Amino acid sequence: MSATWSCPLPLRDHRRITIGHGGGGQLGADLIEHLFLPAFGEAARDARPLDAAVLEIDGRIAFTTDSYVVTPLEFPGGSIGELAVNGTVNDLAMAGARPVALSTAFVLEEGLELETLARIATAMGTAAAAAGVGLVTGDTKVVDAGRGDGIYITTAGVGAVGDGIDVRPERMAPGDKIVLSGPIGLHGMAVLSVREGVEFGTTMQSDTAPLHELVGSVQAAGIDIHTMRDLTRGGMAAGLCELAASAGVGVVFSQNAVPIPEAVAAACNLFGLDPLEVANEGVFVIVVHGDSAEAVVEILRGHQGGRHAVMIGEVTDQHPGIVVQRTRLGANRVIDRPMGEQLPRIC
Amino acid sequence: MKYLEEFGDPALARRLLADIHATASQPWTIMEVCGGQTNAILRNGIDQLLPDTLELVHGPGCPVCVTPLELIDRAQAIAAIPGTIFCSFGDMLRVPGSDGDLFAVRAAGADVRVVYSPLDALTVAEANPEEEVVFFAVGFETTAPANALAVREARRRGIDNFSVLVSHVLVPPALRSILESPDCRIDGFLAAGHVCTVMGVEEYESLAQTHGVPIVVTGFEPLDVLEGIRRTVHQLEEGRAEVENAYARAVRPEGNLAARQLVGEVFEVTDRQWRGLGPLPASGWRLTDSYRSFDAESRFDVDRIEVEEDPRCRAGQVLLGLLRPTECEAFGDSCTPRHPLGAPMVSAEGACAAYHRYRRTEIGTSR
Amino acid sequence: MCLGIPGEVLERYDDRGTAMGRVAFGSITKEVCLALVDSVEVGEYVIVHAGVAITVLDEITAAETIDLFERMVEADEPTPASRIEP
Repeated sequence: MSATWSCPLPLRDHRRITIGHGGGGQLGADLIEHLFLPAFGEAARDARPLDAAVLEIDGRIAFTTDSYVVTPLEFPGGSIGELAVNGTVNDLAMAGARPVALSTAFVLEEGLELETLARIATAMGTAAAAAGVGLVTGDTKVVDAGRGDGIYITTAGVGAVGDGIDVRPERMAPGDKIVLSGPIGLHGMAVLSVREGVEFGTTMQSDTAPLHELVGSVQAAGIDIHTMRDLTRGGMAAGLCELAASAGVGVVFSQNAVPIPEAVAAACNLFGLDPLEVANEGVFVIVVHGDSAEAVVEILRGHQGGRHAVMIGEVTDQHPGIVVQRTRLGANRVIDRPMGEQLPRIC
Repeated sequence: MKYLEEFGDPALARRLLADIHATASQPWTIMEVCGGQTNAILRNGIDQLLPDTLELVHGPGCPVCVTPLELIDRAQAIAAIPGTIFCSFGDMLRVPGSDGDLFAVRAAGADVRVVYSPLDALTVAEANPEEEVVFFAVGFETTAPANALAVREARRRGIDNFSVLVSHVLVPPALRSILESPDCRIDGFLAAGHVCTVMGVEEYESLAQTHGVPIVVTGFEPLDVLEGIRRTVHQLEEGRAEVENAYARAVRPEGNLAARQLVGEVFEVTDRQWRGLGPLPASGWRLTDSYRSFDAESRFDVDRIEVEEDPRCRAGQVLLGLLRPTECEAFGDSCTPRHPLGAPMVSAEGACAAYHRYRRTEIGTSR
Repeated sequence: MCLGIPGEVLERYDDRGTAMGRVAFGSITKEVCLALVDSVEVGEYVIVHAGVAITVLDEITAAETIDLFERMVEADEPTPASRIEP
């Protein structure tokens, strides 16, 4: 089990990553054997120093990849390490798959402190163990100082999709209900607030978390999930807009129903940001037949990570492809897909 | 959040709306000047809850919309100079110049940063003594005190690697320009609350009297906006044309004297070019001679910039409230938020973008 | 340029000759420049724009304003606006 990593003898000559660590030679091998594998701990017990891991998976395979670039590397509630594991686990979960294994590819910046790398790798190992996935293969490259923001991580993941699971936006139908698994805005505002010198004690932490157990328990109850989307960059606005556009259906949800933590609301007010567009890392929407919605909420609430689950809206045949929010005052507000990076507003 | 949430209470909003519905007996056209008010109206759907006979027109109070194209190009040129760090409010980064926006300049390798306050830009200057830090000082009167503070502090602390690219514009001359247009169809105005927090309300008295229009100083929360509209409607129905303060908790008749004094020390009135509206005399602020050394336009020698607006764009008439966005030929066709011809379609608070978004539910198809 | 948010002054201090304060917006706090509201006291509210307090919020007037709204008559017939869906 990976506990606190302390620098073993072969690596002690180096406090920082050098170009040599990415060269595929002794330095690189030392890094794998004495930093990555111990830090990954249990999650990497099946990893071997081979070019490829061989897995046994029955039936359909879900396959995904994602790259993680975040500044700062470490923030309240987590680090790039947790994001890299949970993010990819969640992409698999959103396809209705049981996550099986992840690959981890690192681009390290020359000069990165080994202690930082070890902390991040340990976080990955812990997150992977918590999610029940193996870290089975990987790669390391090093780029010149000034070219890398410290560390970029790319994880790819495979998962097993059970028989009868058919999760696609196209399955959304008018009358379906939309359930949100938890409060929005925590990750993005926690990171932004650190960058902007806003103090918030422990009220805002990244919500990075694996979602596959929540999904699994809904599946285990025999509920037919039409589609799901985890709300990451672009927030709930992006997630719902993408679903509506892909499926060619209308979506309507209630402003009152969406849980926004007070600190998130305050920070958004301060910076002129819309909580609907703020990034999340541990929240998803799930779309099911209207009759199943209550049961889904109950099931999710039975888990720590879903204790604030709530039904927020429904799928409609009105305004196909468009997402509408019923505002607190009872009017309709069209929610647009965010353009790109959400910029703090001054006006 | 105290003093914010209670001003969004739906139950109280209903009462204000009931009063407006009961009072408005004929069509009226009301212009809200400030982008922040536009935002509040759109976010809450207030325009949908008003009587159909009441038309809200979004005015030129969107700094993103009125900053001249030439200045955007100049900002990009300065940002592209090696050894500079260009700091700006977020809104400005996506405004297209003649060739791309500030984001594009960043993509090409320039150091362009979003800051929340000009004082943050000053901190960047202190932390990077080897670089030239330029802050894009865009805005109405509300932001001038913060910009003036930054410049005065820079001088006081001897921070020489700091300068500001100024594009300050003033509200009253814009209102005058709108009111003096022979095609003006605005019956009443919601004055920008935080502009008046700084400047007071005096400047609007002569406008109200001369042109016989009610001007109601209005805040930004839903109840504030509704109250501003309510008082304007009452005045119109009663035939009055006065300046009223519906945001009294944050606006005093004389404004903030300390802020006005500081602004008067650092800035002086000048003619300014307004994108879409053209040049308006005495409609902006520039640095005074004694602070000229902090002026980025003097400090950086950039090539003469020739600009060309797309001739199909009718932003000027839209900003003056003379043309509804939907009446523009290009609207929704060659001009959309993804492919904007002009500023009011770029900014989320711009009149054209606002209309474009709202139209989509009305029509019910993807337009 | 109008985004201004009310916050409570928790603490005042001087930073190299400039009046600064720690201001709370709900449960979050931020450093804000108080140079333009010199008379403000700890416990009072300010409106903050771009990192600078531009005025002290008049709490009595704020309460009076809400009071005024509350004394307005509720509509007999709910207008469409009052049908708020949960």
